[in-house]
Parts: sequence; C-alpha cells; structure tokens
Amino acid sequence: MSDQRDEKKTNRRDFLFTATAAAGAVGVGAAVWPLVDQMNPDASVKALASTEVDVSSMQPGQSLTVLWRGKPVFIKRRTDDEIKKARAVDINDLKHPEKDEDRAKNPEWLVMLGICTHLGCVPLTDKGDYDGWFCPCHGSHYDTSGRIRKGPAPTNMEIPKYEFVNTNTIKIG
Amino acid sequence: MSDHEYTPSSKFGKWFNDRLPLLTLANHLTDYPTPKNLNYWWTFGGILTFCLITQIVTGLVLAMHYIAHADMAFSSVEHIMRDVNYGWLLRYVHANGASMFFLAVYIHIFRSLFYGSYKSPREIIWILGIIIYLLMMAAAFMGYVLPWGQMSFWGATVITNLFSAIPLVGESITTWLWGGYSVDNPTLTRFFTLHYLIPFLILGLVVLHIWALHVPGNNNPVGIDIKKPSKDTVPFHPYIVIKDAFALLMFCIVFAMFVFYQPNILGHADNYIEADPLVTPAHIVPEWYLLPFYAILRSVPDKLMGVVAMLSAILILAALPWLDTSKVRSAVFRPLFRQFYWILVADVLILGYVGAMPAEGLYLLIARVATAYYFAHFLIILPVLGWKEKTTPLPLSITEPVLGGSPNLAAARSDEKIEKTIK
Repeated sequence: MSDQRDEKKTNRRDFLFTATAAAGAVGVGAAVWPLVDQMNPDASVKALASTEVDVSSMQPGQSLTVLWRGKPVFIKRRTDDEIKKARAVDINDLKHPEKDEDRAKNPEWLVMLGICTHLGCVPLTDKGDYDGWFCPCHGSHYDTSGRIRKGPAPTNMEIPKYEFVNTNTIKIG
Repeated sequence: MSDHEYTPSSKFGKWFNDRLPLLTLANHLTDYPTPKNLNYWWTFGGILTFCLITQIVTGLVLAMHYIAHADMAFSSVEHIMRDVNYGWLLRYVHANGASMFFLAVYIHIFRSLFYGSYKSPREIIWILGIIIYLLMMAAAFMGYVLPWGQMSFWGATVITNLFSAIPLVGESITTWLWGGYSVDNPTLTRFFTLHYLIPFLILGLVVLHIWALHVPGNNNPVGIDIKKPSKDTVPFHPYIVIKDAFALLMFCIVFAMFVFYQPNILGHADNYIEADPLVTPAHIVPEWYLLPFYAILRSVPDKLMGVVAMLSAILILAALPWLDTSKVRSAVFRPLFRQFYWILVADVLILGYVGAMPAEGLYLLIARVATAYYFAHFLIILPVLGWKEKTTPLPLSITEPVLGGSPNLAAARSDEKIEKTIK
C-alpha cells in the first residue's frame, strides 16, 4: 500500500467519526432539551399573565398590594407631597437614573413590582430614609418613586406592563 | 487493598467469593491497617456515615406522609407532628439530624485542616469531601423549603435570587429554577424531588471518599507516612470499630438532647407560620450552618461580587492542597501554622455570629474584616507560611516518641533529648 492511499483511508475514517459524533451530539441534545425545558414556566403558569384591580376606593396616600404571577405588585396613590419629592430629585444623583415621569405616567399612581431587586424580598411601604420603601432583608432604601437610593440593591423596583382600563380599574400584565 | 490474598474457609464461601469477591472486600475492611495513634477527632467519619443513614431512613418514612404541594405541604407537616404515630419524633430527628450532620462535618473538616489530611497523597479524598459538603448544603437548603413556612419560602426566594446576579442569563436561569415567576408550587415539587435524590448521590460519593482513603490509608496526628501493616498500625476491626462506636454513643447523647429537650432551638419560629408571598419576615436568616457564608455574601456591597465571594469562600477549599505549600502535614510540628489555624477557627465563628445579626453598623464592619481575613488565610498566609515557617523535627515513626521515653506526643515534641537520640 502506498502512503498516499493510506492517508486517504484515514481521512475517510476521520470523516465518518466526525459525522457520527456530530449526529450523536445533535441526538443527545434533542433528547436532553425536553428534560431541561420541562422546568420552565408551564402553560398554566403563563395563562395567569394578567390581573385586573379595582382601585376606586383608594384615597391619596394609601397603597395596595396585589398578587400578579405570584409576585406582589404595589399600587400607590401618591400624595402631592410625595410626587413633588420624587420629581425634585436630580437624576444624576441616582444609582439607577430614571425620571419619575417615566416611572409613573399618571403622577398620582405608582404601579410597580413589590420586589427588592437585591434578593427578592418584599420591601415595607412608607419606610426608610427616603419615605418610600425599605427592604428589611439587607437594608435597601427606595424613594417615593421606588428608586434605589441606598443599600445593596442594584436597580430601581421594576415597573410592570399595566394600563388603566377605565378610571377605576388597572390591568396589570 | 491489602497485599495478601484472602481465601474464605468454607467451601461455599470460596465458591461465592470466586464469583463475587464480597468476602475479600469484607476482609479488607476488617483487616485494614490503621495508624494506632488516631485520636477521637478521627471518629467523625464513622459518625458522619451514621448521620447520612439516619437522614435517609427518617427522610424515607417522612416522605410517606408529606405532601409536596404549596396548598398542602404546611398542613401535611403539622399532620406528621400531631397525627402520625411517632411523627413528631421522626421529624425532630430528621430536622435536628441535619444540624448534627453539619456539626460533625465541620469537626471532620477542621480536623483535616489541623492535621494536614488534605495534603499529598490525599488531595482526591479532600476534593470528594468538598463536593459532598456542597451537596449537603444543597440538600439541607431544599429540605428547609419543604415545610413551606415563612422561612422556607423567603429563604428559597433569597437563595434562588442569587442566580439572578449572573450577567445576561441570570433572570432566565432564576425563572427556570422556579418554574414560574416566583417561588411557587412548581418550585416546591422540584425541590422535593432533588431533596430526595441528593442523599443517594452523597452516598455514592461517600463510597468513593472511603475508597480513595483506603489507597494511601489514614493520615494520623503525627502526620508522617507510616509503613502498613507494621508496628505503627492496628487492624480496623476491632480496634477502630470499638473506638468509633464509643464516640458515636457520646455523639448520640448530644443528638438526643436536642431531639428530646430542645427540638426547636436550632430552627426559626417564623417557619411555623405558613408561607405568605406578600409578607417578608422582618429578619431572614439561614440555618446556623450556613451563617458564615451568608455573612460573606452580605459583607460585599455589590450583588454579583457578593455571590462570587460567597461561592469562592467554599471553592477555595478545593484548591487548599496546592495553596498550603508546607511539606509538613500535622500542625503539631508547625508552631506558626498552629496559631493561624486557631485564628481561622475564631474568624469562621465570628463570621457565623455576624451572619445572624442585622447587616449594618458595627456588625457589617466586623463581617468585612472577617471576610477579608478568611481569604487572606488561604491566599496569603498559607502559601507564605510554607516556606517561611521553621517546623519542629518530625519523629521517624509513631512508635518512636513512645520508645524514646515519653508516651506523650506533645511532650515529645518539645523534648530535646529525643531529638538528640534521633541524631
């Protein structure tokens, strides 16, 4: 056998090995994916994607906590004083710069996920150094716009997708 | 494995052993040559095996009554406590058993740190041990979630949120772990499944841990290599078996004291309130055995770096055989290391204490200093000590200090006469 033929033979074997390994890897991947993906939110969890809340009885200064997708959502009807405080802040001083105007389209109503962005605890309302929210777990302070001002949380509390269906009803999700 | 071939005495035994050498294995385990100077700190391996079996047996029977569903888990645990025959005992043994397991494993780990048992040629034993320790923490954490009390729920929320610190994919990973948008029923059922699985993984790793141990044999308080079998060793059975059994008995007294007299002292009262996703308890603390790492997590003001520091604090242990550059194993012959060892013990205890306190003011400052020292111990002190420290002379064998006139190793260490006789 000449060297050249020998080399050719090896190349063909190599190709078969690689092709088999590649086909095998795709097959294993296809078999494993359902095992991994079954852990993601299922259809029944996703079906509970939106909640409607009646806010007609809320007075200025009052707040309400509702459950949406298993998470608490804070609905706060802010007083003029609270709105003024939130809007007076220079956004360059913020750890996560966001204007209050962008967080509360209707300044009287603040709707946000009541979850501390640090490790997921529920902050306490009307507490903390900035009269907004205070997380008791690891000491994050939020202002009257739900923006992080002090403590380990990296970002402001999240604003979910919501809309006013009519003047008395908020639809979250 | 012992070098000599084993032949069973009975004909059936021989027939069986030729087909499956179980009797050879049993013979190896009973004859296994063990250093004769092992002290009581060496009995915790046996105690840990006992703890693992206790957890598996009590867990198995608890699972016959427990219901892994968010609506029923809490009341099924109360059902176990009030209605099931001896349910209170089984649950208290299981819950306190976890604490006892960690108490024993910490003693086991710190024994290894003191006598240098992690050093060559025992690195694989040590790393297997670290993996077992990580799995123990995962099992303990998920087990704590199962009663679905307030601490269960919020502990699960905080710990799973650690994954959200990972850049880019963190949120998706957290959602995947939860099976939803928050800790809920899907989270509970999968935690139950994994909590059931992990002990058997640990059991498999324990077999490897012991197998790896039986290759070089036990380290010993003097930390020198010994010939096996020789005058320096005794067979595992009956010498070590009886010593381990006695130590286990003492350990069980402590265990029983918790189970029968203070079954809830290591737990948290908030866990007798059913999980409520709208109210976070005023003060979330993990179980005592995770507190030092919790303190490290909270001492770093950045979310991602806090998680990285906490994980590094555990994983740095796996690199220990290479970070400790000293050739001498036992701290008995390392005067400086011995002092730093006790400082480390104090440091970890301090971390545990501040981990249970609110993360503010003086506590936070202490936690930061202690965290920095923890890492300094492994990354700076140990490597430097290896070549700076002047160790005291090692005896040539375990028997030598005894024959040299002093039965006490500690005395022998400082006895210069013996050194001269060696020379």
